Amino acid sequence: MTNKLIIAGFGGQGVLFAGKFLAYKGLLENRQVSWLPSYGPEMRGGTANCSVILSDDPIGSPIISKPDVLIAMNLPSLDKYEDEVVSGGMIIVDSTLIERKVKRSDVKVFYVPATKMAQEINAPTLANMILVGKFIKETGAVGYENLEDTLKKIISARHQDLYSINLNAINKGYNF
Amino acid sequence: MSEKVLMKGNEAIAEAAIRAGCMHYFGYPITPQTELAAYMAKKMPKIGGVFLQAESELAAINMVYGVAATGKRVMTSSSSPGVSLKQEGISYIAGSDLPALIVNVQRGGPGLGGIQPSQAYYFQATKGGGHGDYHIIVLAPNSVQEMADLTALSFDLADKYRMPSMLLADGTLGQMMEPVILPEKSNNSVEKPWAVTGTEGKRKHNIVNSLYLKPDILEKVNFERYERYKEVEKNEVRYESFMMDDAEFCVVAFGIAARISKNAVIAARKEGIKVGLIRPITLWPFPKKPLADAADQVKGFVSVELSMGQMIEDINLAISCKKPVILCNRAGGMIPSPEQVLESIKALGGNK
Repeated sequence: MTNKLIIAGFGGQGVLFAGKFLAYKGLLENRQVSWLPSYGPEMRGGTANCSVILSDDPIGSPIISKPDVLIAMNLPSLDKYEDEVVSGGMIIVDSTLIERKVKRSDVKVFYVPATKMAQEINAPTLANMILVGKFIKETGAVGYENLEDTLKKIISARHQDLYSINLNAINKGYNF
Repeated sequence: MSEKVLMKGNEAIAEAAIRAGCMHYFGYPITPQTELAAYMAKKMPKIGGVFLQAESELAAINMVYGVAATGKRVMTSSSSPGVSLKQEGISYIAGSDLPALIVNVQRGGPGLGGIQPSQAYYFQATKGGGHGDYHIIVLAPNSVQEMADLTALSFDLADKYRMPSMLLADGTLGQMMEPVILPEKSNNSVEKPWAVTGTEGKRKHNIVNSLYLKPDILEKVNFERYERYKEVEKNEVRYESFMMDDAEFCVVAFGIAARISKNAVIAARKEGIKVGLIRPITLWPFPKKPLADAADQVKGFVSVELSMGQMIEDINLAISCKKPVILCNRAGGMIPSPEQVLESIKALGGNK
């Protein structure tokens, strides 16, 4: 099985971090993974995106032109990638920041008010991880166990106070 | 030690270089290779190595020249415009028969160009780049794992043949993260009796130099150097062959283009098109023989490149223009899709 995911939003929303989390989760599950960020001036407040592939087979190109899943964290990202998602694919929308509905009728859509939920759990910067939780729930692309092991790989021990709030955010998204 | 970690290609090069015994890094920042310099800046002071951000690319390459003369493993890295600036120094290093590693994480050009991935520096890397008759060994990784593995190999080959080597990557490979098993610590550095390390009054002093004013001597040095290049061409060609056994068409691509091409080859096979892929891993020495052999087997070639078509010339030379070679390309930082490569395979006659 191969999952091709694009996560897109503003620079600063943790798009790249969310992708890195999922890539590392895949790695710890012994799957083939690749993570490709957008880079350059767009990272500073413009649109940022990353492409994550999780696969049971060796990964050819890390570039995704037709994602199975899109996580859209702002309107320009939804506008840009909505039509690229494969038929039968999935779009997860941060409905706090994106007011419009998805126009496609051939994809599964989940509206998650992630930014608002993040504020409610006192973790306003973790809308990304709430959406990651929803992604795990709806795709099963990676498992829901051993999340903390993955966080330990990408957050240094100096910041271990961040493990629990990240876990909490993922749980909130998973159970939404 | 064999734990798989997730790393950016740029970081994998840096860590692999350190593990290969490179304790000297000189550079000047440029996107999309900056993570490499940043990694060195962080790590080198902790392990007693040297990280120095020079005032320019020219300064950096000449610092590399200096350390190379002492026989220590040394490297620099940059991206396309920066590597152009280094060409004079690379020529001097080649002309002094010194080993050193230069990394080019290519971006779109010419001129200042852009910052997105490119392969438009194939000519510069494989045909000398700077002034005078010389070659450098050019290795083209296509994964983060190879970014690490070929870094170690680049140092070994440079030492073995006393010549500069280049890792020719691109922005995608530099920026992407993939699992990588970092190579074990090793230093296969050979004896370097030519190094200028201080005689302590015990031996005749060594001279590192590229200036030979007497033409007959300079000619002799050139001829000798090219004898060494013949050895490199004989011993060090590396390539990957994929689904070539029964292939009627052959895609040729290196680096990131080869990964895209592999997707296209698999897709074409599903449609019943007999196509394979030859991926040069060494761009110099170029895998001439495997391509010449393939020319006796296939009906035609597709050269897939992130440039206006550079490697395609070497393919035509390698196969003595025996079979048609068509170009499938994007340029300026754009990347061909597997679908575009598939269309080219069909255009070549692979359309059943």
